[in-house]
Amino acid sequence: MHHVVLEQWSRGSSPVHRFDPRAKLVVLLAVLISVATAARGLPLFAGALFLLLITGLRFARVPVIRVLTRAAVILPFTAVFAAVSWLAGDPARAFSLTVKSYLSALAVLLLISTTPLPSLLRAIGITGAPPFLLEVAQFLYRYLFVISEEAQHMTKAAAARGASVRQWIAQVHRFRAAAGALAILFARSYIRAEDVQRAMLARGFQGSLPLLRVTKFRTSDTVFLILASLAPWALRAAAERALP
Amino acid sequence: MTPLVEVRDLRYTYDDGTVALDGVDFRLERGETVALLGANGSGKTTFVLHLNGLLAGQGTVKVCGLPVEKKYLPTIRRKVGLVFQDADSQLFMPTVLEDVAFGLLNQGLDAQAAADRARAALDTVGMSAAAGRAPYHLSAGEKRRVAIAGILAMEPEILVLDEPTTFLDPPGQRALAELLGNLPQSKILVTHNIPFATALCNRAAFFAGGKIIAEGSIEEIVAGFAWDFSPERSKSHS
Amino acid sequence: MHIPDGFLSAPVWATLDVAAVPTVAYIARRAQRTFEEDKAPLLGVLGAFVFAAQMINFPVGPGTTGHLVGGALLAFSLGPAAATVVMTAILAIQALVFQDGGILALGANVLNMAVLGVLAAYIPYSIWSRTRWRKFSLFAGATLSVLVSAVLALSELFLSGVRMPSAVLGVSLALFAVSALLEGAITLAVVQALERIQPKAIRQPLSNRSLVLAMVSLAAILLASVGVLFAAAAPDGIERLGQQAGISSHVRTLFRTPFADYQAAFWQSAFLSKAAAGLAGVALIYAACLLLSRAVGRKRSI
Ligand SMILES: Nc1ncnc2c1ncn2[C@@H]1O[C@H](COP(=O)(O)OP(=O)(O)O)[C@@H](O)[C@H]1O
Ligand SMILES: [Mg+2]
Repeated sequence: MHHVVLEQWSRGSSPVHRFDPRAKLVVLLAVLISVATAARGLPLFAGALFLLLITGLRFARVPVIRVLTRAAVILPFTAVFAAVSWLAGDPARAFSLTVKSYLSALAVLLLISTTPLPSLLRAIGITGAPPFLLEVAQFLYRYLFVISEEAQHMTKAAAARGASVRQWIAQVHRFRAAAGALAILFARSYIRAEDVQRAMLARGFQGSLPLLRVTKFRTSDTVFLILASLAPWALRAAAERALP
Repeated sequence: MTPLVEVRDLRYTYDDGTVALDGVDFRLERGETVALLGANGSGKTTFVLHLNGLLAGQGTVKVCGLPVEKKYLPTIRRKVGLVFQDADSQLFMPTVLEDVAFGLLNQGLDAQAAADRARAALDTVGMSAAAGRAPYHLSAGEKRRVAIAGILAMEPEILVLDEPTTFLDPPGQRALAELLGNLPQSKILVTHNIPFATALCNRAAFFAGGKIIAEGSIEEIVAGFAWDFSPERSKSHS
Repeated sequence: MHIPDGFLSAPVWATLDVAAVPTVAYIARRAQRTFEEDKAPLLGVLGAFVFAAQMINFPVGPGTTGHLVGGALLAFSLGPAAATVVMTAILAIQALVFQDGGILALGANVLNMAVLGVLAAYIPYSIWSRTRWRKFSLFAGATLSVLVSAVLALSELFLSGVRMPSAVLGVSLALFAVSALLEGAITLAVVQALERIQPKAIRQPLSNRSLVLAMVSLAAILLASVGVLFAAAAPDGIERLGQQAGISSHVRTLFRTPFADYQAAFWQSAFLSKAAAGLAGVALIYAACLLLSRAVGRKRSI
């Protein structure tokens, strides 16, 4: 499962892992915006940024090839729109859609494979996002591991009962069976949530998740924030100047 | 001396009309470890949820002489440490250390003190090395230990464990029994595991149909209700 | 349809992000007030359920399968405000962890699916759930939610300058319709199965809701979606309008001086006229949304 792998990478240790999540978040936005608004000199800029991101991955000591492959999950979706744009007589857009979406996904992966999601959610919280929403996201991420395992057991059990018949009647039957399975999964999730709620109350929960540690923003984080946010823009300016 | 736990004529009906408790009487004295036995669905979990006010039925429940009522809940929840059957429900924080510190932070400890006490509790259950890990990567036995650490950190007077050997392999069960045996608190253990209960408990109460229908030593209860697994018996039944 | 980064033009994603932030903040506060106690665990676990539900395949025809999207099911179960919060959390985690949808495009995806998609599901339900059209209201709500989200996403792509031959547009609209109907069928089947095993999982909407207001809101959402789609398919009209009004060129001179020369081309590339087009469409939806969340987000007990 993809999120399990990412979770493991994100708990690694490297200079990139150690930077403050808030700094990394700002840098990600800087990179994404530089990509999203790039027009002139895009091929050159894209190539340079790609190398920059790979350098980041190397520093982070995460498996580069696997991250590059993972970022490619967006390509099928992109390919459809690229093809359509091509057909509509806009090959430049086809190119830019592909390159921009791939680079953006890669940049997000660099962040998420070096920052545990809960830390990232906390960093987002500092920007003033609703705490309730972030708590929901935190629980969602935590129980994603549990509930998706339950779902896997259910699909395996369904497969074991030989649910691969193709007749129409069988299809209707399978549709009903799948709906029943979902209903059971839903009901179980409901009970699970009740349990979690009780476990929280049992340990004196007051209504907001307490924080164990407030991370300090170090000088190195500031330096990283400034340099890494400027880097993509510098590359872009250079690429735009190189092309008349 | 007042008993640690005193329950009289406790009744509870779930929203859907299921009568889960139908008049339970129970006492726990200081220093005792009691096993709660009984079939699935006989009301054991519902009963223990009443001990720190997570459910409120009719009848009286007193902990250390205090009635389980809203105004005493913070105190009572500090005295009664409840370890849930499914550790995944109990370990909801992103890392092991944060989870163990959860109750302490709720009690108002500052972050440093909470972290220190959480580390000490992890040390007690032999899980110090896992402090920075995410709970979902732990094995069943490790999850159980961390869940217990989260309760121990709060220094309760009574430990209540709901089917603590669920998902544990025999060495895990043995290690858990050893850990619990070394803890000084009075305990209530809900379990189906007779060797486990025998190793730890001086007394057993047997649940059936939402009532405690018998109390006595483990041997008496097991013999009285044929409450163990033996191949001969299952053969003669079929 | 989760829009990735790189697909939307800057005026479109920026405007939608700016619109989404206060909308979600407002709805999150509403959702919190819906419940007596902190329900973050319930919302989170049900969010995880929606994720996991996508692993369970439904047969559609020989060899093809589809899966639940979930916004409608959440709306029927939790009410619209809480469903929006859960869907927003889902979209954020999909974008961050699964590269499904972009980060800059998150505002767009949230408005399409978590806000307007959820509302589109809830309104028919709140109108008809107490009548003998209840089954229909569940089906229609779920169908509409997917349809509205997809049409909005398509409009935003058009606004951003993506072009599509009309044949392709027809095919994609047909595909949207099929997946929307599938969502309707799955949601209905799941709700019916759920009501047998856990009746309290589906909540009844409050009865004292104004039928007229709900109908008008529904019509507004549909009109806005379709209107935006058409406006977006022919954005030149709006652009020309902006230029005739002289607003864009005026603002452009205002902005030109502080920016370095290589940026000038960027500003001249109809940035402002596109922004005007984007803003017009979004303002319409946003106004509808505020109106609606006032209408349907009313406090209810669990
Ligand atoms: N949340 C609930 N809603 C309705 N009925 C419940 C609920 N939880 C438990 N029950 C029912 O209450 C009875 C007692 O259950 P429980 O206390 O869990 O028993 P035990 O722990 O001994 O297996 C059972 O019949 C069970 O089905
Ligand atoms: Mg039980």
